[in-house]
Amino acid sequence: MSGPGMVPLGQRINFWIEDALGAVVHSPVGSRLRRWGVTGKALVTSVPYLWLLLFFLVPFAIVLKISFSDAQIAMPPYQPLISWVSEQVLEIKLNFGNFAFLVEDNLYWKAYLNSILVAGVSTLLCLLIGYPMAYAMARSSASVRNMLLLLVILPFWTSFLLRVYAWIGILKNNGLINNALLALGVIDQPIQMLQTDFAVYVGIVYSYLPFMILPLYANLEKMDLTLLEAAADLGCRPWEAFVKVTLPLSIPGIIAGCLLVFIPAVGEFVIPALLGDPGMLMIGKVLWTEFFNNRDWPVASAVAIALLLFLVIPIMFFQRAQDVESGAVHR
Amino acid sequence: MNQNRSWFRVLALVLGFAFLYVPIVSLVVFSFNESRLVTVWGGFSTKWYGALLNNQQIIGAALLSLKIAAIAASIAVVLGTLTGMALARFGPFRGRTLLSGLATAPLVMPEVITGLSLLLLFVTLEQLIGWPEGRGMATIIIAHVTFAMAFVTVVVQSRLAQFDESLEEAAQDLGARPAKVFFLVTLPIIFPALLSGWLLAFTLSLDDLVIASFVAGPGSSTLPMVVFSKVRLGVSPDINALATILITIVAIGVAIAGVVMSRQQKIRDRDAQMALAANQQMIESLKKG
Repeated sequence: MSGPGMVPLGQRINFWIEDALGAVVHSPVGSRLRRWGVTGKALVTSVPYLWLLLFFLVPFAIVLKISFSDAQIAMPPYQPLISWVSEQVLEIKLNFGNFAFLVEDNLYWKAYLNSILVAGVSTLLCLLIGYPMAYAMARSSASVRNMLLLLVILPFWTSFLLRVYAWIGILKNNGLINNALLALGVIDQPIQMLQTDFAVYVGIVYSYLPFMILPLYANLEKMDLTLLEAAADLGCRPWEAFVKVTLPLSIPGIIAGCLLVFIPAVGEFVIPALLGDPGMLMIGKVLWTEFFNNRDWPVASAVAIALLLFLVIPIMFFQRAQDVESGAVHR
Repeated sequence: MNQNRSWFRVLALVLGFAFLYVPIVSLVVFSFNESRLVTVWGGFSTKWYGALLNNQQIIGAALLSLKIAAIAASIAVVLGTLTGMALARFGPFRGRTLLSGLATAPLVMPEVITGLSLLLLFVTLEQLIGWPEGRGMATIIIAHVTFAMAFVTVVVQSRLAQFDESLEEAAQDLGARPAKVFFLVTLPIIFPALLSGWLLAFTLSLDDLVIASFVAGPGSSTLPMVVFSKVRLGVSPDINALATILITIVAIGVAIAGVVMSRQQKIRDRDAQMALAANQQMIESLKKG
């Protein structure tokens, strides 16, 4: 195919890039940028940096601001914090009423505590189900291991909403479980499972289980198995070796998995909305209701800030673990 | 290995995967059910697929969601790759801690918080500079890029941490500028990570209900928003049909990605072997000469 005059495609692209880069670097614009200290690295870093500042950090400042303002019936439904009373007098009205409201009203306390309870128990259940699975996967042969890994990741790629929806069909009064039990004669009345706390636990454990398995598997897979042999040589029984060697070594995986499940589960909205009792108090649902149904943006903002304050510590733990995991901690 | 323990491991895997897959299988099976009662079998039928394809609201929402997902995933891959490069390759620089914090926080941030904060940002911006005028596709894309790029960053960063920096250094020693090293050495090596990052961002965007509900305007309902308002009223077989179609597309996509990646791996392995062989030959000839 390629005659003597033909340059392979890769090399041609190579030349194009070289030409284009050379043109930029040697142009007056390029040298001026360099004089200002603008380097390629700075450009690469600044683009995502600016994006994240504008669309991730600044919004929190705005939520904080609006959590201190009064509600009003208008668009947008909140009053400005800072306003000019006259030419010279600038008025700043900080309204702590929204937070006082959260503290006084039992409903919010119950919702926070209940969310933490539900998320905590679900995390524990995920760990109890996920650890044996991750362990069994990590100790399988290499070819089986990759297949199982793919099977864990696959549900990720199918719609979360539809996977939660699937449980409605399984748990409802004339659903799969009740029909099966009735047909077998185990029960003669359908058991109410949908719209109970049980259904919410099932939904959360089911949806977040892969988030638990993946970090655990990554950790257990790279464990040095000769340590177990050494333990056995020194007279450790298998279960003793597991408790004394495997379990302590897998703690980073356990922490990462638990945080990946716990933090988003605290603010979960879809699962309690679809599977739970309509009266069930979860903070994500409360925030949603304040915002969409009551159109009280300042209270919704205060709920969000309070939730964020609670989650800051676990989130920082998570980031620390993430940094250690990626080997990128600079001392 | 102990007989008891391998028995326990098989049991853990069988039960665990049954838990993960029974609901998905039930969705698919009952999409072919004649009966409206989803979970009571009334004979084989494909009528719900017909009903689904005639539902203009769902088709319109699906097209909008696909458009949003494709654009958001593409932008997220570019921004996520830049972030991953900065975090994995630039060493310590001022503001690195903040960047890594900003880049990973969206991974775990509850969606209701992200959604509310972005909506308030858009409302404030509209008041201040008149943009964005109302909310719709553009605001949903921005929101999806912001949380999806965190996932791309993690994928790219871990891929970069895995491969040997000496390849890039070698190219630099041979006189290539950093940008050229990136396009000719780094990019081809991390391409599989970019591909899976793009697919991940695409599905995350396609799947998102909560954030989109906050930042969408009237008349820009995405597919999850339409599905949610439908399933809130109870099960309906055409949603099962929709789920089956989505699962099939995902399965095909994953299969294609798997084939592409394993082929690339083979090419890389072959190249590495050829390089080793050439090296060996050179050493032999040096010994002789």
